[in-house]
Amino acid sequence: MNVQAWTYLIVTATFALYVGIAWWSRVRTTSGFYVAGRGVPAVANGMATGADWMSAASFISMAGLISFMGYTGTIYLMGWTGGYVLLALLLAPYLRKYGKFTTSEFVGDRYYSDAARLVAAGCTIFVSFTYIAGQMRGVGVVFSRFLEVEVHWGVIIGVVIVFFYAVLGGMRGITYTQVAQYCVLIVAFLIPAAAISWKITGNPIPQFGFGGTVQEGQQAGVFLLEALDALHRELRLPEYTAAFVPGKKSMIDVTAITLALMVGTAGLPHVLVRFYTVRSARAARWSALWALVFIGLLYTTAPAVAAFARVNLISTLHNTSYSEVPEWFRSWETTGLISFDDQDGDGVIDMTDGVGELTVDQDIMVLANPEIAELPAWVVALVAAGGLAAALSTAAGLLLVIASAISHDIGKSILWKDMSSRRELLLARVTASIAVIVAAYFGISPPGFVAQVVAFAFGLAASSFFPVLVLGIFTRTTTKEGAIAGMSSGILFTGAYIVYFRLIRPEATAEDWLFGISPEGIGAVGMLINFSLALIVSRFTKPPPEEVQQLVSEIRLPRERAADG
Amino acid sequence: MAILLAVWFVCSYVLGIFLVEPLNEARVGGFPLGFWFAHQGSIYVFVVLILVYAAVMDRLDRRYGVG
Repeated sequence: MNVQAWTYLIVTATFALYVGIAWWSRVRTTSGFYVAGRGVPAVANGMATGADWMSAASFISMAGLISFMGYTGTIYLMGWTGGYVLLALLLAPYLRKYGKFTTSEFVGDRYYSDAARLVAAGCTIFVSFTYIAGQMRGVGVVFSRFLEVEVHWGVIIGVVIVFFYAVLGGMRGITYTQVAQYCVLIVAFLIPAAAISWKITGNPIPQFGFGGTVQEGQQAGVFLLEALDALHRELRLPEYTAAFVPGKKSMIDVTAITLALMVGTAGLPHVLVRFYTVRSARAARWSALWALVFIGLLYTTAPAVAAFARVNLISTLHNTSYSEVPEWFRSWETTGLISFDDQDGDGVIDMTDGVGELTVDQDIMVLANPEIAELPAWVVALVAAGGLAAALSTAAGLLLVIASAISHDIGKSILWKDMSSRRELLLARVTASIAVIVAAYFGISPPGFVAQVVAFAFGLAASSFFPVLVLGIFTRTTTKEGAIAGMSSGILFTGAYIVYFRLIRPEATAEDWLFGISPEGIGAVGMLINFSLALIVSRFTKPPPEEVQQLVSEIRLPRERAADG
Repeated sequence: MAILLAVWFVCSYVLGIFLVEPLNEARVGGFPLGFWFAHQGSIYVFVVLILVYAAVMDRLDRRYGVG
């Protein structure tokens, strides 16, 4: 069987599995729809969080980005894992203990104000739509490459599947499909990684192969990373492992981006809501651990894959005659993800910095890996299924968050306070359906490329949610005025900075940036503004009512809240 | 918890970012040390941190007779 037949087979099989799970776990109650009836075991929730969390960006783009960035790629590696420490220590157990259905609901109760809840719900919707755009584009890329359908048909097929299990199964459906999707995506990531590690370094465990020696060719016996640095010197590029050298991001920028991504992770509504689905605060802590273990499996493999792919790319293509390029080059050339423009007309690929004969899209590093490592066709197909699993699971989680923000936070508690549960469930399903359609539109005409768009969502989450949640849990005196001022100034500042430097003056360089911090990292500053403004405004406004202060002390006591919806 | 957060900060920011250049002078196996912290070590440390926290909190819970 050829690659395409395998891809159809495996993708169809996984889709059938997801739909089957959704049918089996369909829900009839609002509690089931929003938080899976709070019956999800810690390990399953950890897996679901892993899939929810690892998006098309993690699966498809990240290793490729790191491959081009070298050391600087750490912003994604540390940024997208370190947040779980904050989440586990500062947020998840307390939010779970408080109960209820959404993070905005906590904000609304803690800050005794519908306005605060509305602002939080607004931030949720905004952040989630930014993020979902990246997922849908990921679905489109995978479909167009592996199944050779038009991108927009790919998006539509993906949307129909998500629609089916998110709208029907709600959080329960999503949780168990995400468990299945995690398994698909991690297997799809690890098999090619192990194979390429074996091929280049003779060690099948990528994390060890990363520090091992090259097996064949001119650099046999040299440490992989040293060989890579040498290749970079040859191409007149900054060394792979070097930090903060010209051509790479500065220390302050790396710090700011890492911080923004970490804090953003901890503040992302679709990640937070996963911790509402477990049985207790204790289960929330353990499931944060499982989540990071499952995520770490991919995140410690990705930098190794990045290095292998980089060595492979340079050593097979640099100074190679165009007529002798390997077969995978030809098959990916048709997708436009890799292209050769023979500047000097000698028919030889020259990858030296500044010559620009070879253009490579970072997404190719993971997608083409199995072909580069000469793996059988079914592995290639599995990678396609893995990419889809990563994108669909994240998209579904986001859709649910959008639906609950609209139906529960805005609909039920502000517009129609006496709405019955049945009506609310219907409204949640309708809003999820509308959100799916909007997401499909974003997927067909996407803004920017996957990881970058996602990076902005983090900045926005970092500057809006994280500070008010932490202050809400750990201080008794932060007031509603403080929280609203903090959230709105944080998100406005960050949003304005990103829009200004991305849309109005995209040509601006590091000298123009505030303290040399790029738009991706500005969320860290937005967060500080949010924190300080919230604290200052709280000092000058009326302290929160007694029962709210009581509530704060109660959340932090090691006792479960008995009653919740 | 303050200790755990301090370890979190030291491993990711101090070892992985601020001190990466001097640490890169040292090599462990095939890795420059600072680079290793940034690309691998910090993630392992994060996992251990949450593990320690969850275990300590379990003990606290038991002492106060919950969970």
